[in-house]
Amino acid sequence: MSTFWSDNLPKLGQMVAAIAIFLAVLAVIFFLAGRANGKKQRPIAIIIFLGPALVLLLFGLLGPAIRTLILSFKGSASHSWVGFANYHWLFTDESERIVLRNTFFWILFTPIVTTGLGLLLAVLLDRMRRESVAKSLIFMPMAISLVGASITWSFVYKYANSNQPQVGLMSSLAKHLGFEPTNWLLTQPLNTFLLMVIFVWSQTGFAMVILSAAIKNVPTDVVEASALDGATGWRLFRGITFPMVRSTFIVVLATMVVTSLKLFDIVRASTGGNFGTSVLANEMYSETFIRYDAGRGAAMAIVLFILVIPVLIYNITNLRRERAIS
Amino acid sequence: MSLLNRSKAPKLAEQNAGRKLFGSRGATITVWIIAVLWTIPTLGLFSTSFRPKADISANGWWNLITHPHLTLGNYSAIFSTSTVSGIPNGILPYVINSFVITIPAVIFPITIATMAAYCLAWVKFRGSDAVFYGIFAMQIVPIQLALVPLLNLFTTGVHLGHYTLVPGLHIAGKFLGIWVPHTMFALPLAIYLLHNFISALPRDLMEAANVDGASHFVVFRRIVLPLAIPAIAAFTIFQFMWVWNDLLVALTFTGGTEGIDPLNNKLAGLAGTWGSHWELLTSSTFVTILVPLIVFFSLQRYFVRGLLAGSVK
Repeated sequence: MSTFWSDNLPKLGQMVAAIAIFLAVLAVIFFLAGRANGKKQRPIAIIIFLGPALVLLLFGLLGPAIRTLILSFKGSASHSWVGFANYHWLFTDESERIVLRNTFFWILFTPIVTTGLGLLLAVLLDRMRRESVAKSLIFMPMAISLVGASITWSFVYKYANSNQPQVGLMSSLAKHLGFEPTNWLLTQPLNTFLLMVIFVWSQTGFAMVILSAAIKNVPTDVVEASALDGATGWRLFRGITFPMVRSTFIVVLATMVVTSLKLFDIVRASTGGNFGTSVLANEMYSETFIRYDAGRGAAMAIVLFILVIPVLIYNITNLRRERAIS
Repeated sequence: MSLLNRSKAPKLAEQNAGRKLFGSRGATITVWIIAVLWTIPTLGLFSTSFRPKADISANGWWNLITHPHLTLGNYSAIFSTSTVSGIPNGILPYVINSFVITIPAVIFPITIATMAAYCLAWVKFRGSDAVFYGIFAMQIVPIQLALVPLLNLFTTGVHLGHYTLVPGLHIAGKFLGIWVPHTMFALPLAIYLLHNFISALPRDLMEAANVDGASHFVVFRRIVLPLAIPAIAAFTIFQFMWVWNDLLVALTFTGGTEGIDPLNNKLAGLAGTWGSHWELLTSSTFVTILVPLIVFFSLQRYFVRGLLAGSVK
């Protein structure tokens, strides 16, 4: 017990000290800068308010992104230039083709299923009276780490040899329905879709909460007016509700595309990327930190970035339009 | 905020209109079926964590309904400070690491982002819009792009030929080496969300303060900070869940340093080595799930408000 506390108390001390120092430094800067007056006050305020964020972003995101671009044209140990060799390898190698195929499946299916299901739930919730408990239950998986989710779902996908009892829910159900259960996570390409189910389970609540807020934001008079005109059910949804929440729907869809593209944890914790389930983000980690080929890893990161550029352009155009209106 | 107050009114109207397609009862039943389906995996994990080891491999967790046989033994094993679970001191040190990593990694970016958001919203200067769009764009940059160069920065610094631009910081494998990347990666979303909220604060309030001769620092502390609490709380939920549940950043920047591994990180490794110890794995997983759930449910009322300040228009 005593070694436990002598090991762990200093860590907590470190945390408290770090927070205290951070806040104390800020307080001192605010106090000193607040005394500046006249013309100097504005530039000083800009530097102090915005400076820390810009420095952190420069060293944390912008600089590294440029450096990764350079690394992607270099060899495994970053000593020599190799041109487009890393990219050529990524798009021609036999095993990488499976990785690219899986990544494509992920961005094709998961955003649509997740956002669509979220929209359906949001519409249904709007017709319900006491929605909060059900809403919380569906949202709950969002708070669970994807590592935790993968472990949680292993109790669904678990498989035992046919002479042993099936303790996995899916295997047991299959057996009761008269099918022969197999080792689900080893069966290609089914396993990739099983991992997608974990993602859908985890993210639907998020889509639901945002879309539900958007639906409740549709002005009452518009709905009432069209209801008086005789619009009901599906026609009301298609004619009024969906057009009014379309921009939110697309924002959520775009967020899901980016999230599923960057997906790493589910694959890492469930299969480690084996059995033909790997995706670009996971392969990028393996290439860099396990096979120590910084060049190939960097090329994968760049491809990831290129894939999100359309989403980026769409979001910025959207944002500019919104700011122009308001 | 007015968005929420209006929420009750359209509901009745739409209820009448929508009854043809989804009757109120049909909707309720469908939602509850999905809610129950969504809860089953978590329920399986939760109930397995209270079952003795022998039972877990003998039959499925749903047998608990007919043969209730529960134990707290799994939890006492993982929290035991002797090596019952096979790891010295049990999982408690990793729980502590998770808190030590998460709390500063929430406070630092929120503070820095609130300051930046205030500046971009109310202390406009030439090019401030361009800076805002630039930061907004960085939300989408996959953090995978930044990992290796940032790790290099921490270990060897930045060199241009023979010139050292930035010396090696030597903070990899220390807590500071995880707080800093988490802070950096959180800033784009944090600044964007807080900017939306802070820029919507009443203009009269800001102008009145300026007339009174209050400096930007006083305005920030006395007016902006207290009024931005809902947005700050909403982002706290996001950032807490993100850091606590993160695997990639922790894996990269702890570099497997035993003393600072967060629980989630350890758990991903244990999923392999504890392959047959489901009783330990499930109870540990439940511990990691519990903390963000508590944070979420205690700050839940701010969540939608913070989101509405964000992308929903």
